[in-house]
Amino acid sequence: MELTTVWFALIAVLWVGYFCLEGFDFGVGMLLPVLSRNETERRVMINTIGPVWDGNEVWVLVAGGATFAAFPEWYATLFSGFYLPLLLILVALIVRGLSFEYRHKREADAWKGRWDLAIIWGSFVPAVLWGVAFANIVAGVPIDADKEFTGTLLTLLNPYGLLGGLVTLTLFATHGAMFVALKTDGDIRHRARDLSVRIGAVAALLAVVFLAWTQVKTGTAASAVVFVVAALSLVGALFAAMRGREGWAFVGTFLTIGLAVIGLFVALFPDVMPSTTDPAFSLTTTNAAATAYTLKVMTWVAVVFTPIVLGYQAWTYWVFRKRIAVHHIPSPVLADAAK
Amino acid sequence: MDVLDIARWQFGIITVYHFLFVPLTIGLTAVIAGLETAWVRTGKEDYLRLTKFFGKLFLINFAIGVVTGIVQEFQFGMNWSDYSRFVGDVFGAPLAIEGLLAFFLESTFLGLWIFGWDKLPRGLHAGCMWLVHLGTLASSWFILAANSWMQHPVGHRFNPETGRAELTDFWAVMFNKVQVVTFPHVIFAAYMTAGTFLLGVSAYLYMKKKHEADRPMYHRAIRIGAVITLLAGIGVAVTGDLQGKVMTEVQPMKMAAAEGLYETSDSCAPFSVFTLGTPDGKEEKFAVTIPCLLSFLATGSFDGKVEGINPLSEQYVETYGSDPTSTTYTDGDYTPVIPVTYWSFRFMMGLGIFAAAGAALILWLTRKGRTPGVRWLGVLGLSLPIATTLASSWGWIFTEMGRQPWVVFGLMTTESGVSPGVSVFEAATSLVVLTSLYAVLAVIEVKLLVTYINKGADPYEEPPRVKVGGSDDEDAPLTFAY
Ligand code: HDD
Ligand code: HEM
Repeated sequence: MELTTVWFALIAVLWVGYFCLEGFDFGVGMLLPVLSRNETERRVMINTIGPVWDGNEVWVLVAGGATFAAFPEWYATLFSGFYLPLLLILVALIVRGLSFEYRHKREADAWKGRWDLAIIWGSFVPAVLWGVAFANIVAGVPIDADKEFTGTLLTLLNPYGLLGGLVTLTLFATHGAMFVALKTDGDIRHRARDLSVRIGAVAALLAVVFLAWTQVKTGTAASAVVFVVAALSLVGALFAAMRGREGWAFVGTFLTIGLAVIGLFVALFPDVMPSTTDPAFSLTTTNAAATAYTLKVMTWVAVVFTPIVLGYQAWTYWVFRKRIAVHHIPSPVLADAAK
Repeated sequence: MDVLDIARWQFGIITVYHFLFVPLTIGLTAVIAGLETAWVRTGKEDYLRLTKFFGKLFLINFAIGVVTGIVQEFQFGMNWSDYSRFVGDVFGAPLAIEGLLAFFLESTFLGLWIFGWDKLPRGLHAGCMWLVHLGTLASSWFILAANSWMQHPVGHRFNPETGRAELTDFWAVMFNKVQVVTFPHVIFAAYMTAGTFLLGVSAYLYMKKKHEADRPMYHRAIRIGAVITLLAGIGVAVTGDLQGKVMTEVQPMKMAAAEGLYETSDSCAPFSVFTLGTPDGKEEKFAVTIPCLLSFLATGSFDGKVEGINPLSEQYVETYGSDPTSTTYTDGDYTPVIPVTYWSFRFMMGLGIFAAAGAALILWLTRKGRTPGVRWLGVLGLSLPIATTLASSWGWIFTEMGRQPWVVFGLMTTESGVSPGVSVFEAATSLVVLTSLYAVLAVIEVKLLVTYINKGADPYEEPPRVKVGGSDDEDAPLTFAY
């Protein structure tokens, strides 16, 4: 296989990792006001993702860095083109990341309430916008002969793009609810399970429309297979959730998201950013790529270090495998710090 | 203002801001890991209390370092797309490797450290913080390799067909001669920052009546901090001196600009400690100078030759300035803004010398268990970490502004790197949004730090003894939770 294809696949893997992992912590963040009844339950929810959210977020940083290294033209066109949505995503990630660390630093309700809003919006905004962005990448955007994006913000807000946003939004919410059901105990666990099925049904509907639309637009036989399996795993996940099999349900949404992303990349290949202005201007795995030498160096690094990273990330999930319930939450010892 | 100006302001502000937090993160992870290891080995309660106390302050700082880093990762594509296209083949690799090797390590093991008090055995728990420190070092190595390449591009060739710089030798980029002096300088500076932080916060608490009972503990912390500061300070000075020589070799203009030296000095060039005159240094009213020091800084010999700005500038115009469509062309001239380079260099050194002197003074005042009877100890202490942090900022401002008009020295000027497709509206929105957000965050961070510093170290609490994965008591509350 060409190294450019290998790197296209590796970047797909990084986005799969990102959406499958950060997807659930976006979901947990968005559902914070919906699933919790009181402060302690909010803390239960936040603590299910506390030790892992930053590690999850690094997947997108590496995806960004790897795109820069392997497909500099793609990195340049994409991020200068999708400027304002990306700015919004960055702002969201900033306030969200801080809120996990700062929320519990003071006991005042107003303080916590504000950080809760930051968590909720900070999860909601990227959950929608990544979907919009990916849908537009797959569908193609106006790109000129100099590889510059020539559209505006409104170009991106087309029906197909917006539907993509709704799909990621609902999928991540389902995934997050499944995660809460899997990682907590008590009342909230049951509520999360019920909710996951309800949101999941909506997600399934939207996802099927979106994937079918994608298939019609740019699909291949391979992407069709992947999309069908993705849809089936979502249905499987919902059944598992209804029967109280939380582990399987979570695996199901994990697969759904992963497969949907893979399907989108399969549908995209060999373009990386098709041009709607003129297909000749499209960025492809060859005309956007770095040199063979750079790709070779990067491949070595990836081959050696990716398994190590996967190993220790898996290990953290194992260390923090226990369910958290209301009685595990220590009472606030920080009250006197609030002065 | 055009997109170029906005993008430059944004890059400067956003990056200097990121680097306000980074040195403390790099240095404190080592200090905390060291304190925790001391506790594991000696069982002394004070070490654990200090570990937890500085751990808490560290986390407040770390969080901002992380979230501001996210912007860094993407802003090359957003505001500097032509730059990204031009250098991506060389510059992207260290950035990607940084993520894979460093960020995963930092974030994963920090999560384990924060939440793992009741899940990991003591030695392993301390080991997690050492791994976080290793992550910060790896992070610094790769990002500095990327930056050093911009200062002194090696291991690449310019491909006229694709119109970009292409990597030919990865190891040359990793062990660039600028890199091998820059990395230790930055890391020593980070240790110095952490040393002054340990020292300063402890000195401040030492002076507070409220924490009188903990005086022996803070006394010890003050001394550890002072020793770290001084040792790291020596490292900073030695590596800084080496950097000066490499810099003179690869970017003679920067050294000339650091002194405001307009004409070449054939031997024994003096170094001015400060000058009063016209801001561009062209007319000098009053100056305190040390004879021959500039020659020594630049070449290692007191009668070395130092090239001046004017001849260098002419030479650059001739070599690079003929073709307005090339990436090496600039509208202006090839001279950086002299007052900025002149003063930033002096601020860096001056603040560092101040911090080292302060640390030495406090070390002396606290010798042999002595109680310093001076009231200003706390204030002096707290001013030291501020000084070292600002020293780093000025160091970077010097390094980066002194490279101008180049973004990649000799290959691409800053003005040709900016995104052609981004509108003034977009760029301005991002500048305003990010700058105001950062300003708010700075206020929150400072308030939190002040609150938590004033609170002092928590009383000793024996952490549970566990094996990997946690205790068997399913119902025990978590030792730490958000
Ligand atoms: C605590 C912070 C600190 C202190 C006390 C010093 N420096 Fe520094 N210096 C830095 C922190 C720093 C820095 C922020 O880390 C820089 C910016 C880029 C770099 O490589 O390190 C830097 C850059 C930098 C450069 C520019 C390198 C280049 O552009 O290629 C030189 C020549 C020196 N330093 C030299 C010195 C000398 C001779 C010092 C005093 C004896 C000194 N520094 C103290
Ligand atoms: C090591 C990684 C770094 C890289 C890759 C990098 C890259 C760049 C680039 C591309 C520019 C050109 C844009 C511009 O002119 O504004 C620049 C300028 C600048 N950078 Fe850096 N930088 C790094 C580290 C830093 C740090 C840590 C600081 C400060 C603490 C800093 C401060 C500045 C400043 C002040 C400018 C503006 C110079 C000017 O516009 O005149 N940089 N840097």
